[in-house]
Amino acid sequence: MSRDVAPTGWLRRWTGDPILVGVGLGLSLFGIAMIYSAGILNVPSPVTESAWRRQVIWLVVALTAFAAVWKVRPQWIEWAAFPIYVLSVILLAATLVIGTGAGTAEGVGRWIVVGPLRFQPAEFAKLAAVLGLARLLSSRETPPQTLRDLLAPAALMGLPLALVVLQPDLGTALAFVGILFAALYWAGTPPFLLFLLASPGIALVLAFSTVVWSAYFVGLALLLYAFRYRLYLVESVAVLLGNLSAGIIANPLWSSLATYQRNRLLVFLDPSTDPRGAGWNLIQSKVAIGSGGLTGKGFTQGTQKRLDFLPEQHTDFIFSVIGEELGFIGATLVVAAFSFLLWRLVRLAERTADPFAGLVLFGIFGAWLVHVFINIGMTVGLVPITGIPLPFVSYGGTFLVTCWAFIALAVRLSREA
Amino acid sequence: MLVLVVLMGILVISFFRAQVVRGSSWALQSDSNRLRVLPVPPPRGTVFDRYGEIIADNVPSYSVSLFPAPSDSIRATLERLSPFLELDPQRVEALVEEAASNRRHPLLVTDNADYDAIAQVEERRAEFPGVFLEMRPRRRYLAGPAVGHALGYVGEVSAAELESPLFEAYEQGMIVGKEGLERQYESLLQGTQGVRYVEVDAVGRVVGSFEGQAAASAIPGEELYLNLDLALMEYIHQIFPDSMRGAVVALNAEDGGVLALYSAPTFDPNDFVGGISRSLWEELNRDLSRPLYNRAAVGRYPPASTWKLATAAIGLELDLVEPDGIMPTACYGSYTFQGVTRRCWRPEGHGHLDLAGAVAHSCNVWFYQLGLRIGLERLVAEGSRLGFGEACGVDLPREMPGRFPDSLDWWQRVFDYRPFENEVMTLSIGQGPNDQTPLKMAQFYLALARDGSAPRPQLIRSPDHDPETDWRLDLGERSLEALREGLRQVTSPGGTAHLSSLEHWDFIGKTGTAQRAQQDGPDAWFVGMAGPWGGDPEIVLAVLVEEVAPGEGGSSVAAPVAAKAADFHLRRKYGMPLDTIQTLGEHLRAGVPAPWARWE
Repeated sequence: MSRDVAPTGWLRRWTGDPILVGVGLGLSLFGIAMIYSAGILNVPSPVTESAWRRQVIWLVVALTAFAAVWKVRPQWIEWAAFPIYVLSVILLAATLVIGTGAGTAEGVGRWIVVGPLRFQPAEFAKLAAVLGLARLLSSRETPPQTLRDLLAPAALMGLPLALVVLQPDLGTALAFVGILFAALYWAGTPPFLLFLLASPGIALVLAFSTVVWSAYFVGLALLLYAFRYRLYLVESVAVLLGNLSAGIIANPLWSSLATYQRNRLLVFLDPSTDPRGAGWNLIQSKVAIGSGGLTGKGFTQGTQKRLDFLPEQHTDFIFSVIGEELGFIGATLVVAAFSFLLWRLVRLAERTADPFAGLVLFGIFGAWLVHVFINIGMTVGLVPITGIPLPFVSYGGTFLVTCWAFIALAVRLSREA
Repeated sequence: MLVLVVLMGILVISFFRAQVVRGSSWALQSDSNRLRVLPVPPPRGTVFDRYGEIIADNVPSYSVSLFPAPSDSIRATLERLSPFLELDPQRVEALVEEAASNRRHPLLVTDNADYDAIAQVEERRAEFPGVFLEMRPRRRYLAGPAVGHALGYVGEVSAAELESPLFEAYEQGMIVGKEGLERQYESLLQGTQGVRYVEVDAVGRVVGSFEGQAAASAIPGEELYLNLDLALMEYIHQIFPDSMRGAVVALNAEDGGVLALYSAPTFDPNDFVGGISRSLWEELNRDLSRPLYNRAAVGRYPPASTWKLATAAIGLELDLVEPDGIMPTACYGSYTFQGVTRRCWRPEGHGHLDLAGAVAHSCNVWFYQLGLRIGLERLVAEGSRLGFGEACGVDLPREMPGRFPDSLDWWQRVFDYRPFENEVMTLSIGQGPNDQTPLKMAQFYLALARDGSAPRPQLIRSPDHDPETDWRLDLGERSLEALREGLRQVTSPGGTAHLSSLEHWDFIGKTGTAQRAQQDGPDAWFVGMAGPWGGDPEIVLAVLVEEVAPGEGGSSVAAPVAAKAADFHLRRKYGMPLDTIQTLGEHLRAGVPAPWARWE
């Protein structure tokens, strides 16, 4: 295995992977700078004004967590995977009962308060899900070959996902989907099977147009017929039934969504339907980013942000501030940094011989890919608005700690291999 | 890996599209997001009188506001401002509370700060970062109530006005002329609004004035030069009988320019500036004497004997009477025609009178006979030609036309009967269906003061003042002189208004006393003119006093007002010292010799 970096011995000894840790630290510090900028408003708000100081403290906590996880032996991590998973599911279930709202997500119960501590179990659950899934898949002798083989991992992910959806927190739920597919892919699942697994979800989206959904359903049936020798009949029937039921429940499901969730999806299709209401966030974010131009308005100088036009500018919409103040160049550099981070995870996974380590790395990859793409994509209207933060950069303690725990896991496990 | 590259590529491409390709349109939207255009009101045009005295101008009124900020910083700023704006601690507390209850809008600390305070704050600008100074022009009427009815007043444009085509280009919140000259010349006086940009945040809080953007400054309204004599207006306001209702109109004989236009009771237009208080507005509207009613140009009154000059002029025009003509029947106190007997005001009669004598003594019998000579149809036709059924066209809004039959059909339309020929007797002495504004009567006497032509009375003095006359009396100099001689006898020894005669001026005119139903006392008229002895008349005046005490009349109440106003105007015009003892009556009361009074 070639060494693509030549770090000094102590740096490597202390960080495990200086590149991964370096990029993560860079993004964290950059995040604090942007959170500071997000607090510079013409009419200051005490909450956002001091957010960056709290984020500094959280970074210290996160680095401590990093160091702590770094000290844990990989075997222990592997051994503890299932207990952690079970604990996280219990916490998620408890959140539904005793969870409280906070900050900009005042209305939904996502936090658990234990004495002076307040954290989001969903973030911890992501970590636990990555470990649990890696543990489950690494115990297999061969890659999953049939849909039935996918049942157990899908169920393992489905449980926390369902609990998170119930909070409701659609954005984080999508991270679980990312973890599942990334890990299954690394486990060697044929893409065809992954597609079949995803097909009910696709059906759900397409169900809003009967014609499109019907064409899709017929195509799916033909595909199943063409690959009939690869599948059991019962599996094909299950897939078709799954798609059929997805199409049928789409409308009742739509009605059961909270109004704000429905509005977000609607305004994604056309923000101008409700420019002062639900479309506001998207329009103002696009205006902020667009008016940033090539080079931006300058650090702390964004007028959209300064004048409070941007929603949740220090958490979910921090990238709008980046786009407005640092322009296309700054935005591209940040996207490049994330790409580099993600690419580094893939490289580490490729280099490790331990299946558990590789699966964890890919799980992290899947979670972050979803976070980065959806968070940045929503600020520019590429994907619907979901409350999902940008790793390392967005304000939020639990999330930052989780991100650094992920880093610690990644370097610890890949180092050992 | 492919998924990673594709997804990140999509992100970069969409950012490229948003920021580089479409960046400028978003940038524009960002500006329109945060910049609000605020109008800068222009100062209204200054109004000058005929001698260059300012009648209406603008004074800067300064407002001090604070941009929204946390309460602590508002309090600190207010405490630093308090020595300059004289804010006591209670006021500071009240303002801090007000700011806390309304965090969106700038806090108005005062809207009427004096200039010195503003200058001191402006000097220490750096110490007051959130302070926002604004200057608004504020209309000021220097003579206040004296010019109320002529100038009118200003106020915020109403929703109803905004619908009308006149205010098509106007916006809510603009100050416009509501009445009088302010309304008439609104388009000239208004000027052009400037614009100012302020920066607002997402919830519309004004957070700063924005200096980077080019703002257009306001263009002041045009200056207005009037024919009015401001000092005369003030003098009339001073001498008009206390607590009486009425009007005074003074015209410049030379061109019909309005020297004075006064209506009593009056109001102070300054009360309307910046919004009249509800209580004052209700008081003005409830007042039975109707202070907002312009009696000079809108009020219509039976002209009574003052209209006899019209009958005489028409008779002269039609060659039905000679200037020295004597009517066949002498006045023995009454006259009978077609079985209808009409009385003269003097029961013992006047005997034989010529035209001048008939005018001087206001002999009804003489005018009955002249009226019958003219005939009802011709009197109505000629009276209409002289504009007694129309408005003068003075440059004021809402001027009322006179009320006068336009033909014999008029009776049919209005009263549903054909008039008898004897109706002409009523009309010929200024009674019957005939109501005129003081302004209209002044215009008629203007023709008598001139060569028979009557220019349109005009308040504004413009170089392109149309010298074209509205109508003219086709009378020779001899006829006009005969009419004026009749008027002169009124103020001569033995005339009804002799006590109003003046030392330095040939003051002549006609009194009128109109009995009105539902009124204890009659309305008193005096319409006349004055000029240097032996010269042409230079000022024409019409004075009306409503409901004088029973037994009083035009000669005792209205004529002295006209005489004193004429004396005041002419003395100033000729550079003579003013005197409080003007009329013969005043001389007699004060025991001052009156050398000009020729007692016979």
